[in-house]
Amino acid sequence: MPKRSAKLADLAFDIRSVIGALFVVYGLVCLVWGLVSFPPEAAEKTGGVNLNLWAGLGMLVVGAVFVAWVVAKPLTADDPAVREALDDDATSGAADGGDR
Amino acid sequence: MTAVTASVTTSVPTSVLAAGTTGATRIDAGAGDYVLVALYFVVVLGIGLLARRRISSSLDFLLSGRSLPAWVTGLAFVSANLGAIELLGQAANGAQFGEQAFHYYWIGAIPAMVFLALVMMPFYYGSKVRSVPEFLGRRFDAKTQRLQGLLFALASVLLAGVNLYAMAIVVNALLGLPTWLAIVLAGVIVLAYTFLGGLSAAIYNEVLQFFVIVATMVPLTLIGLHRVGGWGGLVEQLTDQGSGSMLQAFPASDLTGIMNSAGSTIGVVLGLGFVTSFGYWTTNFTEVQRAFSARSASAAQRTPLIAAFPKVLIALVIIIPGMVAAVLVPGISALKTGGDSGGATYNDAVPLLLDELLPNGFLGVALAGLLAAFMAGMAANVSSFNTVVTYDLWQDWVRPGRDDAHYLRVGRAVTVIGTALAIGTAFIAAGFTNIMDYIQTLFSFFNVPLFAVFVLGLFWKRMTGSAGFWGLVSGTLGAVVVFVLNQTGTIALSGQGSSFLGGGVATVVAVLVGWLVSQGGTPKPEAELRGLVWSLTPAAERAVPREPGVLRSPVVLSVLVLGMAAAGYVLFAVI
Repeated sequence: MPKRSAKLADLAFDIRSVIGALFVVYGLVCLVWGLVSFPPEAAEKTGGVNLNLWAGLGMLVVGAVFVAWVVAKPLTADDPAVREALDDDATSGAADGGDR
Repeated sequence: MTAVTASVTTSVPTSVLAAGTTGATRIDAGAGDYVLVALYFVVVLGIGLLARRRISSSLDFLLSGRSLPAWVTGLAFVSANLGAIELLGQAANGAQFGEQAFHYYWIGAIPAMVFLALVMMPFYYGSKVRSVPEFLGRRFDAKTQRLQGLLFALASVLLAGVNLYAMAIVVNALLGLPTWLAIVLAGVIVLAYTFLGGLSAAIYNEVLQFFVIVATMVPLTLIGLHRVGGWGGLVEQLTDQGSGSMLQAFPASDLTGIMNSAGSTIGVVLGLGFVTSFGYWTTNFTEVQRAFSARSASAAQRTPLIAAFPKVLIALVIIIPGMVAAVLVPGISALKTGGDSGGATYNDAVPLLLDELLPNGFLGVALAGLLAAFMAGMAANVSSFNTVVTYDLWQDWVRPGRDDAHYLRVGRAVTVIGTALAIGTAFIAAGFTNIMDYIQTLFSFFNVPLFAVFVLGLFWKRMTGSAGFWGLVSGTLGAVVVFVLNQTGTIALSGQGSSFLGGGVATVVAVLVGWLVSQGGTPKPEAELRGLVWSLTPAAERAVPREPGVLRSPVVLSVLVLGMAAAGYVLFAVI
């Protein structure tokens, strides 16, 4: 596998990106949901709080924090997990990593 | 789920069954909610696919190549424990016992997790073993390792089946799918991501699941408290209801069934705090495996400690919603006051509360979180099943000496077999009227004798290899005999009392037989026990290399987390 795409895959595989992306999407969906619709049934359930709006906002913030974390401190070559992945690519084709 | 839940709770999931068959808790989810749930499953399977390209050896597949950072393994550690029965069962305990349920966390789990980190992890990680049975193989002999491998494989498959069944029951109750379809579907999804990505995928998903579950439970707790008029309102309504004892953590007589205050407190501290929890947390490979996959000894040692922090806090967002359900959900409230509950039981607290409190939209997120919790426990059981079967049974016993690619293939095949077996045992579990008794019994068979043998072998260098084997055999048989005697009515104890007695008998028998057998044999040479027995391991070797930073010191972390647990009690004593 070419090095560049390997790096991209590692970036995507960084669990922080996955958590960040999921929470941003969930946050946006709930936020918009809360903005466009707050029916009386919903208000009755939550005791008057627009839960979609606030929970959406909260999840958006959490998601944004994770994304910011990835951007501010990306996986670098110093990280053992990445170094290992890059080593694998360097010796590409070595199917068996053996005991590390 | 925790053994703690399993062995002391009287109340848990029988009734989940009832909910499933009657559809009493059918939740009114809309199309938008399903889209949010579907999105979660796409992400879960995507992680499996991404993890796949990183898998190049059996070590990668089974132990994540020992490359994960401590915060990931730490969250996976706590998340592996945050499965279906944990979430439903502890919320049920919250609804039934109120603040007394905090003991499961603050006295039960936390000290045991600290013990695991400070005392046990250096041995586990330092000996470079890949599984708990392998540790037994080194300390005792090959037959002890094989026996424990078989016992563990059996226990994992049975527990995976229980998790799968509990999940299917709730899927059925929430979404209306037939139980058998829900069981198979859930099994296939867990299989897909474990098969594709091995332990890395399972662990990464557990971390993701952790955040989604927290994102569900925190708003649920806050909205619940808002609806009852804050903490003050909750206290007032519980008191009015005549459930005042739910507001006092000690002496926990409701929980232990012991009326004498001092006796009940001792029961909580020793029974729950020491015997059950230490046994569960320090030898349960499903948990411990998460720490094995850490990238350094120091990260492995921090894993249970990092897990302990969320464990302290998660109690709040599981127990408090249970308490809210006791006043807010008509069916649960009726259980308190003796009215007509309409078939609801404490186990239905979480599904009923979702229905009571959450509007469409966020309900979708909550359902994703709930399903995530159900899959976490099952995936944890399956991934540790395949590690033990591949390494301890296949590689060390049946087919030694093949190349690594062979074991990687075996690991994948075993994942499929394990899931298929779990689907089978889910149908067995469906045949039991009281699932919790079933689980309690399993723990007295599988965890307690192991812990007894393990601790004896760790601290007593004269214990021989055969003593380990016979201790394990006799301890397990002891628990089985108690179970059978109780089933046939020779001794009449409630489910809880029976598994406590079974655990006690197993401990005594295992230690006694271990001691007796050791008298007749020669201990292993001390040189071979270095790193495996406390007194024969030089302090320097036991010491885990320190990483810089105060917050990376295991002792500092331990003190902090124990302090937080104590602060929890103080907080609830004053408010």
